Amino acid sequence: MAIALGILFLTIVTVLFHIFSPWWWTPLAADWGFLDLTVDITFWITGIVFIVLNVFLVWVIIKYRHREGLKAHYEPESHKMEAWLTVITTVGVVALLAPGLWAWGKFVDVPEDARIVEVAGQQWHWTFRFPGEDGVLGQVAVAEMSVDNPFGMKADDPAGRDDILVNSGELHLPLGESYKFVLRSKDVLHNFTVPQFRVKMDLVPGSTPYSWLKTIRTGRFDILCEELCGIGHFAMRGAVVVEQPAEFEAWLDTWPRFSDVLQQSAAQASVGQAQFAVCAACHGAQGEGNQMLNAPRLAGQGAWYVARQLDHFKHGLRGANTEDAFGMQMAPMAATLADDTAIRNVAAYIASLPATDPAATLQGDVELGAKLYGTCKSCHGEQGQGIWALNAPRLEGLNDWYLKRQLQNYKSGTRGSHPTDLYGKQMTLLAGMLRSEQDIDAVVAYINQL
Amino acid sequence: MAYVAIADRDHEQHLHDPQSFVAKYIWSQDHKVIAIQYSLTAISVGLVALVLSLAMRLQLGFPDTFSFITPDEYYQAITMHGMIMVVYLLTALLLGGFGNYLIPLMVGARDMVFPYMNMLSYWVYLLSVIVLCASFFIPGGPTGAGWTLYPPQSVLAGTPGIGGGIILMLVSLVLFIVAFTMGGLNYVTTVLQARCRGMTLMRLPLSVWGIFTATILGLLAFPALLVSGIMLLLDGVIGTSFFMPALLSMGADSGHDGGSPILFQHLFWFFGHPEVYIVALPAFGMVSDVISVHARKNIFGYRMMVWAILAIGIISFIVWAHHMYVSGMNPYFGFFFATTTLIIAIPTALKVYNWVLTLWKGDIHLTVPMLFVIGFIFTFINGGITGLFLGNVAVDVPLSDTYFVIGHFHMVMGVSPILVIYAAIYHWYPKITGRMLNDTLGKVHFWLTLFGTYAIYLPMHYLGILGLPRRYYAMGDTAFIPDSAHLMNQGISIAAGFVAIAQLIFIINMFYSLRAGKKAGSNPWKATTLEWQTPDTPAKHGNWGHDLPVVYRWAYDFSVPGASQDYIPQNMAPEDVPTSDASYHGEEGQHT
Repeated sequence: MAIALGILFLTIVTVLFHIFSPWWWTPLAADWGFLDLTVDITFWITGIVFIVLNVFLVWVIIKYRHREGLKAHYEPESHKMEAWLTVITTVGVVALLAPGLWAWGKFVDVPEDARIVEVAGQQWHWTFRFPGEDGVLGQVAVAEMSVDNPFGMKADDPAGRDDILVNSGELHLPLGESYKFVLRSKDVLHNFTVPQFRVKMDLVPGSTPYSWLKTIRTGRFDILCEELCGIGHFAMRGAVVVEQPAEFEAWLDTWPRFSDVLQQSAAQASVGQAQFAVCAACHGAQGEGNQMLNAPRLAGQGAWYVARQLDHFKHGLRGANTEDAFGMQMAPMAATLADDTAIRNVAAYIASLPATDPAATLQGDVELGAKLYGTCKSCHGEQGQGIWALNAPRLEGLNDWYLKRQLQNYKSGTRGSHPTDLYGKQMTLLAGMLRSEQDIDAVVAYINQL
Repeated sequence: MAYVAIADRDHEQHLHDPQSFVAKYIWSQDHKVIAIQYSLTAISVGLVALVLSLAMRLQLGFPDTFSFITPDEYYQAITMHGMIMVVYLLTALLLGGFGNYLIPLMVGARDMVFPYMNMLSYWVYLLSVIVLCASFFIPGGPTGAGWTLYPPQSVLAGTPGIGGGIILMLVSLVLFIVAFTMGGLNYVTTVLQARCRGMTLMRLPLSVWGIFTATILGLLAFPALLVSGIMLLLDGVIGTSFFMPALLSMGADSGHDGGSPILFQHLFWFFGHPEVYIVALPAFGMVSDVISVHARKNIFGYRMMVWAILAIGIISFIVWAHHMYVSGMNPYFGFFFATTTLIIAIPTALKVYNWVLTLWKGDIHLTVPMLFVIGFIFTFINGGITGLFLGNVAVDVPLSDTYFVIGHFHMVMGVSPILVIYAAIYHWYPKITGRMLNDTLGKVHFWLTLFGTYAIYLPMHYLGILGLPRRYYAMGDTAFIPDSAHLMNQGISIAAGFVAIAQLIFIINMFYSLRAGKKAGSNPWKATTLEWQTPDTPAKHGNWGHDLPVVYRWAYDFSVPGASQDYIPQNMAPEDVPTSDASYHGEEGQHT
């Protein structure tokens, strides 16, 4: 008897849970309402089957539970009943399959007026590329990929010249337009998922799968990677912003075309040296850093990383949080750099300064640190040398007091919580693995001795 | 020439003489001892996987609290948990354990046809487990590539265990497949060649049908895993490019070119989907036998059940790409695979109906095995239904790679077969040990397991609809995920703790009852199948004493009208059946 009531209880709980669940679809942001509809149809049909079967099961257990003198009925098979059950089940399956296949027919059939955007994945970041006026994406190749050409654009393909390169994890799309996402991976499998869009598809190196949608409301939506892609998988986030077409056009104009990149003159360290005079006041003439002034060592840091941080300081992605007093000191300094060229020049000069090992100022459990660093090394490298392709700066030779402060800032959200600082967000997710100050000291102490 | 069962021929007889302790329990060629060796090894390694799942749940429920789980360790835990549970626990326990124990006894054979190979099968399996577990102790630890081991990431930097873990995993899988093949050939041959007199195919208990069909699936499916494992090993170790296109690794060109990552997925799931039925079909078979015995009623629609097992087995080979709807394969495949996948639901649903209809008009004894069977029917209905969501390509897309998938496959492939395994252990333990398992402990174990697992997996479906992605070490601040979802994750972790404790109760019961359990006698459940008719309990080496049994009827003669007892063993001659009145007609024509 208890088992009959137990099954009945679970059946009722299931139905109630379904009705009152606070967790349901996110509000739809793409024109895929009939995907939701097919799910609803499936819920109705299978829900009825679930209730009928379980209630029948409960009734049978109660009615035919063993009592003195009860004897089971001997009826090996009933062809008629089995035939009926087969037919009813088949009808149910067809009722599920038909709308499902119809919806899938929509998915595989990209409308002709859909515009194209390439979604490129790499461990553990997103970038995007629009094809420009010709509507054709230029060719790319792994062999071409470098710190100066992260997209791997082939310079000899004329179709690529007008491609617009969005080297950021944030994609903007205009409202009310259909877009075909051409999915490309630079390294391993990824999956381009925006829950509010419903559709998702893997990114596969060596081929270009696709998905498509029509945007139906404005807003900012999270991009998640949903194919396991290594230890940074959970931190491979991005964002899609759907906005009015005029805003979208304005945003698109801020990104360079590949032809612009080709014409860009090389960064000049000698020019940057003059501008470095401002920096030297705190960071030291050789960029060696000064703990008294809370200025970290800069010498030896990758130019691409210094440039990005200057850009973030300049545009309020970093150093705008009132909790981050030292970052706020830096922000106006970065603002003295007039434009991208100035930033790249000074970054180039900093990268040319000789790296030295600063003295250790803190102690920690190096053994524990080595274990924790096992995760860090997947981006920052075995030796903490930094890897441009993973957007991970050099750690080796950074001041330990600075590293510790930054890890604390990431943990507390003082750094990396600006909505458009997706690189910082990744570090806030990873800094979560450091559960205590002891953990932070340990990993910094380990980095110290690299 | 008169038919002589293989096991009956004189020159085989010496194999079944009493032997020294080592020959009897260590290097044993007795299928029953090998079955126990397989089962204990599988359960032990399954406990490791259980602990790993608790580590994962601690991280997911309390992401800021437990400092011993780094992302590396989290991904290693999910990988090893999945692979151990699917392959080294479920497959080994159902086929190596129950297959070994039940097949010779149920078909009336003295042993497997190739006892020496059967012994080898176990030792190679043990070796594969040791190689797998060795990866916990090497620098870098086990692989964290996810149990599907998808390249390119499984063999590239950025994934834990890239040094030795992935190599040990693949070597271990290769060994496992060698072991399985030796066992599998034995099971198939024994069923086909060593049945006792009168045991026609259509008189076989459904347990044997389920295990037999699953073994054939395994023999056809594991080679796909074998070749993909070897090719992946070559890609990882000597730099071939079977599955590796040109790609960037840690900022540098990896030097690979021309391979196809999707090819691996096709090979993996060509194994991986039949694997679901390699686990499910033995469970389907055993549940049919247990339900029939404890409801004192013949299984409803025996022939339909056999045909359903065969149909599921065949169709299971043309549904694999439903695991790959969003893999980037040609999306037009979706139409075909969605159709085949939903077709396989029909024979599966018929099996469920027939279990419930077996209870209908039965004389249901609510013993512990029966409780587990009823629990199984409930969870299997639930898990089967969510399969209709994920199999139907367009419905799958929003749910793919979310918690919904975790909820689905744990209900259908985790909880369901494990409830059957428990039903089977409570049912056959008396035959294996001669003693009954403790009833009270059994009931506590059952209720905690049923309610606990449902508390874990039911909410996961809804978190998945919300969009919570699987295989995330931490969600962090994500705009669309409310605090309530994090709270639910805590609740799930607490439920997981209760389920784990319940399994300890079972382990305690297993050892406690070995000494203190009530003596069982030879046929405590009054069952009809041959394993309950052995002259000794537990059965001795050689199973049947001097004479092999002779079978006169199907396996389900319960509550036959006119018979004075409510069961008639398969080996009871028609003239020996005790009758109470004239209405007993002996053989029911269609079932003989």
